Amino acid sequence: MTLHIPSRRRFLGSVALGGAALGLVACTSNETGGDGSENTQVSVGGDNASPGAPVTIGFSAPAADHGWIAAITRNAQAQAELYEEVTFLPVEAGEDVTAQRAALEALIQQEPDVIVVLPHDGAQLTATAQQAMEAGIPVVNLDRIFSSPLAYRLWIGGDNYGMGVAAGHYIGTRLREAGIEDPVIAEITGISNLPLTQERSQGFADALSTYGFRVTNQVSAEFTVDSGQEATANLLQAAPHIDAIWNHDDDQGIGVLAAIEQAGRDEFFMVGGAGSRDMMEHIQAQDSVIEATVTYSPSMASSAISLARLIAQNRGMSDLVELGVPKSITLASETITRDNVEDYLPLGFAS
Amino acid sequence: MIKLAQRQSVPWWRTEAADAVRRNSGLIGVLLILALVGVVTRPEQFPTWSNVSTVLTLASAIGVITIGMTFVMIGGGIDLSVGGLVALAGVWCTTLETQSYGPAGMIFCALTVGLGAGLINGILIAYGRLVPFIATLAMLVAARGLAAQISDRRTQIVEVDAINDIAATDVFGIPLLVLILVAVAVLAWILLNRTTFGRRTVAVGGNPEAARLAGINVRFHTVLLYALSGLCCGIAAVMVVAQANAGSSGQGNLYELDAIAAAIIGGTALSGGRGTIVGSLLGVLVFTVITNLFILNNLPTEVQNIIKGAIIVGAVLIQQIRWRDVRLAARRRPGEPPIAEPSPSQPTGDRHDSPHSVTPQISR
Repeated sequence: MTLHIPSRRRFLGSVALGGAALGLVACTSNETGGDGSENTQVSVGGDNASPGAPVTIGFSAPAADHGWIAAITRNAQAQAELYEEVTFLPVEAGEDVTAQRAALEALIQQEPDVIVVLPHDGAQLTATAQQAMEAGIPVVNLDRIFSSPLAYRLWIGGDNYGMGVAAGHYIGTRLREAGIEDPVIAEITGISNLPLTQERSQGFADALSTYGFRVTNQVSAEFTVDSGQEATANLLQAAPHIDAIWNHDDDQGIGVLAAIEQAGRDEFFMVGGAGSRDMMEHIQAQDSVIEATVTYSPSMASSAISLARLIAQNRGMSDLVELGVPKSITLASETITRDNVEDYLPLGFAS
Repeated sequence: MIKLAQRQSVPWWRTEAADAVRRNSGLIGVLLILALVGVVTRPEQFPTWSNVSTVLTLASAIGVITIGMTFVMIGGGIDLSVGGLVALAGVWCTTLETQSYGPAGMIFCALTVGLGAGLINGILIAYGRLVPFIATLAMLVAARGLAAQISDRRTQIVEVDAINDIAATDVFGIPLLVLILVAVAVLAWILLNRTTFGRRTVAVGGNPEAARLAGINVRFHTVLLYALSGLCCGIAAVMVVAQANAGSSGQGNLYELDAIAAAIIGGTALSGGRGTIVGSLLGVLVFTVITNLFILNNLPTEVQNIIKGAIIVGAVLIQQIRWRDVRLAARRRPGEPPIAEPSPSQPTGDRHDSPHSVTPQISR
């Protein structure tokens, strides 16, 4: 099951279902139990949603320059509002590492119970996060990872390599089914010098190679619509015939689709990345070349807030047996196609 | 008040066109080399009309911005706010409210926002006595901030087909966006080379004190120059929005660097008083063609940026040599007064388009 926690109702529902399932499993048991001599470690789960001690959650994410980051901040805020005992303390992280460092230091001074932070750059903000940890404030590291495990209590984030793998498998399977030999596969990356972009490309190449395919054309955009349009307009000139395109990012995807329409091309299919509502609607309506998108969902911010609350309250995740929240959670990248798009639409973020 | 300069009949090698070629020979050389590289490396794709029109289309929005920037720079200023203004005008004209007014409303909104922000730039600089660098840097940050505020940092998708169609329409096989650039360029060329406004721009940039003594309202003229640049940003915003089918506060990222670099390799002096529309457009083309070449050859972005940097330096060096040659050639011409060496306070002040107009024709 996924770790997205989009709403309290769904959260409660999943807890109830999980509890019921475990309860049913327990009903089939013939063990007498009760004496503790066998010392097995099991749990039927508690209710994480029940109110606990009041908690102040500090939050810092970069100023949004595209829809995904904007959705991160909105999700965190919305999730925090679901809990009566949570006080949400966001600080504007500004445009760069220096601004975010100052914001985090100010936040530490206010002594929240826990801090959730999506850093501009993990490596450059590690020392600041470690300061918080040393001051006794647990840090929940969202997505971009700090370079030292001393700097965070919990890391939760997406799987960039896995995104590439998911996209590669979708494209590989489709092309193999179509029986295309030596296909032209194009990749439109985000900002090319970011580690996350390189991980995505690596996963994509690795998955394609299991089918004997390779990326024939690669261009990079900058996660913005206009850069996506520009890169794609040039790409379509470079490759007069294309079989499949993977576009790393659905925000820039709006520009990518615009360029494809302006060029009047439709001989290929496209896979997106991240899972924006706009792309999901195109997938559902089947009105463009986009057939699928692989998730990197900003719902991770909602989950991070929920887990930060549990950490501050010294509680574990009720479906897990452990008394504390795990140290590290990597979300799986799922493939959204028109078959399952309806399930995912509520999770889609506005570009 | 348009005043046509006096024209005399001259042999072809001394016409303005011939001079333009001579002056920009460095850039034309660079473009030819790039084209040659394209033809050799990708003979199937590069020399096709489809590719050429793609390159020209991608050059169109930044081309319009560079034209505005060229006027500001000839006038001795600099406009660092252009990227922010494109974002602000783009976001403002794509809000749901604005979109409800239809294509004309959206275009009017973008142009008004660009013009208004440009006017503020100009007033701050001319009457507030702010250094252009600071005033427009502040505008860059503020405009992007306001754009993010208005859009709530979302990408605003354009549902008005007439706007999106601007980028998808060809007229006699030529993309409409390219025709818009050509129209703006022709108007700008006339404005710079054939009107009092153009001559005053050169005078103000070359030597503001002399221009003031000659009766030019330097401050008011400065306001007009920044307003013109803002208006160009508004036009470009419509073009960018049409191409991307969306407006967002991240649009126009680093356009100020692209526009300034293009103007400079096109021969515009940072110190003011000198620059041409044709040179600036060639500068824009050089960058667009490089990007196109790299993607056609499937080469990584990092190398592309290194080459771009090298070309900026190389082209400026060549341009400087060409300008010296043009000056020397002009000095050798019989029947024309000798030209004084530029003084430090007036680096290259006295010519912008043609060796025939020895000094700026200041209003009379």
